[in-house]
Amino acid sequence: MLAATVRVTRDLDTAEEAVQEAYVAALRTWGRDGLPDRPGAWLTTVARRHALNLIRRRRTLEAKLPLLVEPDDGARSEAEPGDPDAIPDDRLRLIFTCCHPALAPEAQVALTLWLVCGVTTPDIARAFLVADTTMAARLTRAKKKIAAARIPYAVPAPADLPARVDAVLTVVHLLYSTGHTAPSGDELGRADLCDRALDLTRLLRRLLPDDREAAALHALLLVHEARRASRTDADGRLVRLEDQDRAAWDRDLIAQADRLVVAALRAGPPGRFTLQAAIATLHARAPSYAATDWPQILTLYDELLRVWPSPVVALNRAVAVAMVDGPGPALAEVDVLARDRRLAGYHYLAATRADLLHRLGRDREAVDAYRDALARADNVAEQQFLAQRIRWLASGPE
Amino acid sequence: MSTPSDDTMTSYVVLIYEQQSANWPADIPPEVMQASEQFDDLVVEQGGRMVAGIALESAATATAIRGGMVTDGPFIETKEALAGLYVLRARDLDHAISLARMTPVASGGVEVRPLLDLQVLEQP
Repeated sequence: MLAATVRVTRDLDTAEEAVQEAYVAALRTWGRDGLPDRPGAWLTTVARRHALNLIRRRRTLEAKLPLLVEPDDGARSEAEPGDPDAIPDDRLRLIFTCCHPALAPEAQVALTLWLVCGVTTPDIARAFLVADTTMAARLTRAKKKIAAARIPYAVPAPADLPARVDAVLTVVHLLYSTGHTAPSGDELGRADLCDRALDLTRLLRRLLPDDREAAALHALLLVHEARRASRTDADGRLVRLEDQDRAAWDRDLIAQADRLVVAALRAGPPGRFTLQAAIATLHARAPSYAATDWPQILTLYDELLRVWPSPVVALNRAVAVAMVDGPGPALAEVDVLARDRRLAGYHYLAATRADLLHRLGRDREAVDAYRDALARADNVAEQQFLAQRIRWLASGPE
Repeated sequence: MSTPSDDTMTSYVVLIYEQQSANWPADIPPEVMQASEQFDDLVVEQGGRMVAGIALESAATATAIRGGMVTDGPFIETKEALAGLYVLRARDLDHAISLARMTPVASGGVEVRPLLDLQVLEQP
C-alpha cells in the first residue's frame, strides 16, 4: 500500500503519514461498519485520498518537498485505486527505487526491508546487529539521497533493465545470506530475513515473469532452504557440506529448484544466478560429497568466473579444483588469491587453505591457517567450528 | 522529442576526473575534444539541458590553501584529478546518469551530484 501511495504523493514522508492516517481511519470505520470485502484495496484508496488531502493542505510547502518522481503521463497515474494490476506495478517501482545502484548496498537492503516488506526500523536494526538509532540514521540518509538526487520512482528503461534487475536480485540474495550465514546471535530475527528474501523472490517472479535470473535466484534460495536444517547440528554448530545428513534435505524443494534451473539453462546463455543455482542444485542432487559431479561443477565455476569475475567465485572454484585435480593444484590457486587485496580479512580463504593443507598432510600449517581464519571470523557458529577444527588437528586426527 | 518544462527537471553537476599527464590539457585526444564540442547538442537531443560547462587547467597548476598555509598542488592529491564539470538539467537521476555516461572523457570517469546552488554574476 505504501508503494501505491508514494505514487500519488511522490514523497516518502507524506506517503508514510498518509498510510498511518489510513490505518486510523480504517480502525474507526471498520469498528462501525464491519470489515470491507477487500481491506487491502480499501486501505490503499483511503491512503491515497489522505495523501491528496495532505498535498492540498501544504501546497506551498509541497513545492519544496523532495519528490519521488515519476513522469506525469496521465495514463499511469490515473490507475484506479485498488486496481489489482496497478499495485504490483507500484511495488516494482518501489523495489527499483530501493535497490538503485546510487544507494549504498547496506542502505538498499535496509530500504527494501522497510518500504517493500514493511519491517520496522528496530526489527531491521536487530537483524543487522546495529543500534536502532544507527539504522534510523541510515534510512534517513538514504531517503535524503533519494529526494536530493531525485532517484526515480520508476521501472528502468529497457536498456538499463538487466543491470538494474541484477542489482535487485543482489539485494535479495544478500538479505537471504545475512539470515542464512549467521545462525548465531539473534537467531530469530535472522531466520526471519530468509523468509523475507523468499517472499521478495516470489514477488519478483510475479512482477518479472520472463526474467530467467529471477527464477534462478528463486531456485538458488530453494536449494539453500532445502538444506537449511542440516547446516547446523543440535547445538547450533556449523556442519560442513561434506558432513551434512543428505537424507534430511528437502527433496521436494530440490526438485522444484531443479526444474527452475533446467528451464533457465535451456532458455539461453546463463547469467550468474543461473550458474550459481545450477552449482547448488548439482550439489543437492549428488548422493554424497565424494560422488558429486565435480568436473561438471568445475565447468560451471569456469563459466561463472567468466560472467562474474569475483575473487570469491575464484576461491569457491579452487574447492572444485581440489576435488578434480587434487589439493596441491588447488592450494597453488588459493595462494595466488591470497595476494588479492579484496580477499584480505575474508576468513573463508584462510579456512579453505587450512583444509587443503590438512588434505596434503601439512597439519601444522593447517592449524596456523585455521587460527588465521578464526581471528577473522565474526560469527559465533563459524568461530566454534574453526576452534573445533584446531582442537581436532592439534590432538592428532586418525 | 518534446522539451520538458523546466520545473519538472533537476539540476545536476557532472564532475570529470582525469589522469593528467605532464602535457595536460594539450594532449587531450582530438576525438575527446571534438566530442566535447558536440556534447551540448547531444544533451539537448537526449531531452536534457546544458546550463554551464567549466574546463580546468591541469591539476599541476593548482595552488592549495589550507588553514592559511599556501602549498603547491591540488587540495587533494589523487591519481585522477578534477578536470572540469558540466551543469545540466535532467528529469531524474537515471536520466542524469544516461547523460553523464555520454560525457567525453580521456581516461578517467565522472561523478554525478545534485546541484545545490549556482550563481554566475559575470562572464569570466
